[in-house]
Amino acid sequence: MLKITDLHVSYGGIKALRGINIEVPDGKIVTLIGANGAGKSTMLRTICSLVKADSGSINFDGQEMLGQPIYSILEAGIAMVPEGRKVFADMTVLENLKIGAYLRKDSAEIQKDIEWVYSLFPRLKERHWQLAGTLSGGEQQMLAVGRALMSRPKFLMMDEPSLGLAPIVVQDIFKIIRTINDQGVTVLLIEQNANMALKIADLAYVLETGQITRFGTGAELLADESIKEAYLGKAQANA
Amino acid sequence: MVEFLHNNLAYLINGISVGGQYALIAIGYTMVYGILRLINFAHGDVFMIAGLMVVYMSTVLPMWLTIVLTLIMTAVLGFFIERIAYRPLRSAPRMSVMISAIGVSYLLQNCALYFTGGLAQSFPSISFLTKPVNIWGTSVIMAKVITPFLTLILIFLLLFLIKKTKIGMAMRAVSKDFETSQLMGIRINLVISVTFIIGCLLAAIGSILYFTCYPSVQPTSGGMPGLKAFVAAVFGGIGSIPGAVIGAFIIGICENIIKGGASIFGIQTNGWTTFSDAFSFALLIVILMIKPTGLFGEKSTDKV
Repeated sequence: MLKITDLHVSYGGIKALRGINIEVPDGKIVTLIGANGAGKSTMLRTICSLVKADSGSINFDGQEMLGQPIYSILEAGIAMVPEGRKVFADMTVLENLKIGAYLRKDSAEIQKDIEWVYSLFPRLKERHWQLAGTLSGGEQQMLAVGRALMSRPKFLMMDEPSLGLAPIVVQDIFKIIRTINDQGVTVLLIEQNANMALKIADLAYVLETGQITRFGTGAELLADESIKEAYLGKAQANA
Repeated sequence: MVEFLHNNLAYLINGISVGGQYALIAIGYTMVYGILRLINFAHGDVFMIAGLMVVYMSTVLPMWLTIVLTLIMTAVLGFFIERIAYRPLRSAPRMSVMISAIGVSYLLQNCALYFTGGLAQSFPSISFLTKPVNIWGTSVIMAKVITPFLTLILIFLLLFLIKKTKIGMAMRAVSKDFETSQLMGIRINLVISVTFIIGCLLAAIGSILYFTCYPSVQPTSGGMPGLKAFVAAVFGGIGSIPGAVIGAFIIGICENIIKGGASIFGIQTNGWTTFSDAFSFALLIVILMIKPTGLFGEKSTDKV
């Protein structure tokens, strides 16, 4: 579905990504783990065109995505849940969902999808009139995911969805990721919570200072001693 | 109170009307600030250019056509100012954009100077607007009577646009977060263009109403009303549309009551006329000292 070949990106004069090759097969959950500053966010931002690449190729369903404007990427079916949720705090929950469907014109279908998002996140339905800024962190994360789903993506990217959330809420979020994936949406997940991410992922890549250093199924990497040492550490013991 | 009203009715009507004119300009400042965090210094000059457009076009065209064309051309002017002077600086430091705005301001003034030869151009009388009307024994021209109503209607339309339509939703989103808005598929450049077009359209309407009340347009005519409207926008809390409108009416009314030489709270303001402008700017200083975010301003002025 998504195939990245030899992607080079520099960010403020620093080479953030140095020759990345990644493949995300249709219908899978793929995760990208790595330390802070390894280039994980830069990669997602490059895919959705917020950051310009130096060279390489991003192929999505046979179409070249590199250099396309952001809205075409979205139109092609790629949506992103940004890091830190970034809900529109002074808009209502419902408005946030509607703005997620900004590029769509089929209002009857949009209404159906709002109901669909409400069925995934019943909490959002209860609070649909509330300003998004008054929601809890977990609810905001649900809203951010719901908003991204409103564009009816085939491919959903999530940047650190567990960031700053209580462990029990993180569990919920990961359950939701599973549900969304079961409904046919391919997921590319970036996580610092490597333990959770590897458990849910079909495939995993390890990113270190702008390069992919490891690749395998989630279970393989989870069992790997060096990965345990570098990324799991305490998290493994807690789980 | 009744006596005060009776004695000062003319000044009060004048004040409300001037307030409406300031409000129409102030919205342009506040909307652009809301989205780009830019004080568009050229806005007052766009207002002046709209006045000159009426002057020149009315010599060859019928008045209704002149007005329609002025509105359209001012909106187009706003679009091109943003396109040429601000858009290329989108990722530049805010100070650079502000300097560019000052540059545009001088450019417009100097173009006007070139075309007018520095002479005051007498503003044509638009018969509908200059018709005298009698209100409780005070004779005023029609423009002054309709200005506040027209202003309020336009503001309600604008608020409707911002609250209820898709482009309005996009404007609110862009004013909060460029990047996330883009992720929603919003084309921020389009939204910014629309903002400038609306701001300039309202300034053009304000311009026609304003200059109808004055004899002439000069290249520097945009300066004072532009500044007053800016003060109104800051007073109301820059970035807030209702704030700008309320600020504009307060400034317009206060300034004219002072001109009226009435006694306010027992203080004789006779002979204070010369200080009516000073009042607005004193108000600006006081506001910036006491409540820098203005009446309805956002708590955090800086954008992440």
